[in-house]
Amino acid sequence: MSVLEQTTTELRPRTTARAKTRNPHRLWNGMILAILVVGAVVMSMPFVWLVISSFKPQEKIFVFPPEWIPQPFRWQNYVEALVYKPFGLYLFNTLKIIVLNEIAILLSASFCGYGFARIRFPGRDFWFGLVLATLMVPYFVLMVPQFIMFSRFGWVDTFWPLTFPYFFGGGAFNIFLFRQFFRSLPEELADAGRIDGSSEIGIYWRIMMPLCKPALATVAVFTFLFAWNDYIGPLLYLRSDYNFTVAIGLATFRSVMSTQWHLLMAASTAMILPVILLFFFAQRYFVEGLVLSGIKG
Amino acid sequence: MTTTHWYRRYSLRTLAGRRMIAGYIFISPFILGFLIWFLIPASVAVWLTFQDWNLISPPRYVGAANLVRLWSDDLFWQSIKVTTTFTLVSVPLGLLLGFMLALLLNVKMRGITVFRTVYYLPSIVPAVANAVLWAWIFNTEFGLANVALRAVGLPKIKWLQEPEWALPALIIMSLWAFGSGMVIYLAGLQGIPDVFYEAADIDGAGRWAKLRHITIPLVSPVIFFNLIIGIIASFQIFTAGRLITNGGPQNATLFYVLYMYRTAFQNLKMGYSAALAWVLFGIVVVLTLFVFKYIGSRVHYEDVR
Repeated sequence: MSVLEQTTTELRPRTTARAKTRNPHRLWNGMILAILVVGAVVMSMPFVWLVISSFKPQEKIFVFPPEWIPQPFRWQNYVEALVYKPFGLYLFNTLKIIVLNEIAILLSASFCGYGFARIRFPGRDFWFGLVLATLMVPYFVLMVPQFIMFSRFGWVDTFWPLTFPYFFGGGAFNIFLFRQFFRSLPEELADAGRIDGSSEIGIYWRIMMPLCKPALATVAVFTFLFAWNDYIGPLLYLRSDYNFTVAIGLATFRSVMSTQWHLLMAASTAMILPVILLFFFAQRYFVEGLVLSGIKG
Repeated sequence: MTTTHWYRRYSLRTLAGRRMIAGYIFISPFILGFLIWFLIPASVAVWLTFQDWNLISPPRYVGAANLVRLWSDDLFWQSIKVTTTFTLVSVPLGLLLGFMLALLLNVKMRGITVFRTVYYLPSIVPAVANAVLWAWIFNTEFGLANVALRAVGLPKIKWLQEPEWALPALIIMSLWAFGSGMVIYLAGLQGIPDVFYEAADIDGAGRWAKLRHITIPLVSPVIFFNLIIGIIASFQIFTAGRLITNGGPQNATLFYVLYMYRTAFQNLKMGYSAALAWVLFGIVVVLTLFVFKYIGSRVHYEDVR
């Protein structure tokens, strides 16, 4: 590429003119780089602050000017924070909810999505319109009546309200996402299955599902994130300490430890870490989900 | 002319009939879920609107009193004011930052993915952990925000104790997560075919002209769409308001859904909370219709994959 550019400049008489235009170009790139570096430093400051605070001994937390390298480096903060409240149990509860949600959403949303994408039948567009309509209703609008309903079922202080409803469609957005994905797969594959005498459910399960791994991964990632981060759901429905999730555990930890910032930062770091790890392992699907929701939404 | 009766057309023996049955089997989870988790609560919400009910004593029919009360409820207007102010500042600002950053990051440079990651990561921090972290950052004596202010010789600010600073503090917090928009714009920018820019180069267009006449028009539907989605999401901010300031000081951060939550679960006014829910619903519906009316057809439905 650069070799090619050089020969053209040699051939043409405008060598000097090109050299001049190249300098501002480099200057421009330099400016962009400078802005990006400054911005990146600002953006990572809260993270740096979080991690530094999480390693400080309590007496060093309230020192001005702050020490940027904790002395001594206190790993025990993590041990202390995570045993002060039973975070191991909270983690187990959260994982239980996450596993149930993943099973519910991946099966149910892909199943419905397949029906909307690949089968023509009267009334389909009407029902799909309802999928889109429910997509627009914010959680908070139905929060109170749903709470009344679930409390009538006797589901308060159980995991039922946080898991069971997802077995019914798995959320409008996920249905929508699977539908879009199934529509992009070639029809010939399904036809081949039909010729071989496969039922529609067989086509869905044996032909289409193996092909929709990217969509499954994207939905799985966002299901994990949602359940891991969810605050309002557990706040409404989980009452007993032994039922708490990590999110609600951290929130109550904050209310009882209002000034123990070193322990609070250790617990927060511990809650953020899995999400960041997940991001590095499944970066693609994060971006895919965002782009799908942002552009295709 | 012979017409086939619908029951014959869709009987089990015809292809159309088998298809219809298969179709309804596939979407049946959604239909059931819609009826149970959506339609029933929605009906309850309608009924609740006309009741005075604290969940304990029997509900009492009060007509439109709950709706009328909205007008004279100072806290309702305060929560509208807080949420609107927050939205009007944080959403456009976040959008602008996200778009400008996407422009900067849309260059071929070694190590650019490192920058993209650094800018994106704050947006995936769990809300509760984020709230705890920012409560510490805005700590008056030893928080990072005031450490930074002191470093440049400015006086410290009582971020979370002064009514006029609490909301700006939460806006700053929300701007930290502007990277999620950046990713979406980046995808939009990368979807613009190079030929447009090549054609502009031949015509001698400069950087600004290309931005003004190619880039912005082509990503504008995405920007506008994200603006509306951002506004809708911003109207539902809850965790930060509850965990960092709990609505205070002096209701300066009483976000709309936080007020709704309190009405229902602390003051136990179920009927009035339903009235508040309808207002939220109305706001979202108006915004959504706005999207469909003005950009519905203009959004690019090109396959991203």
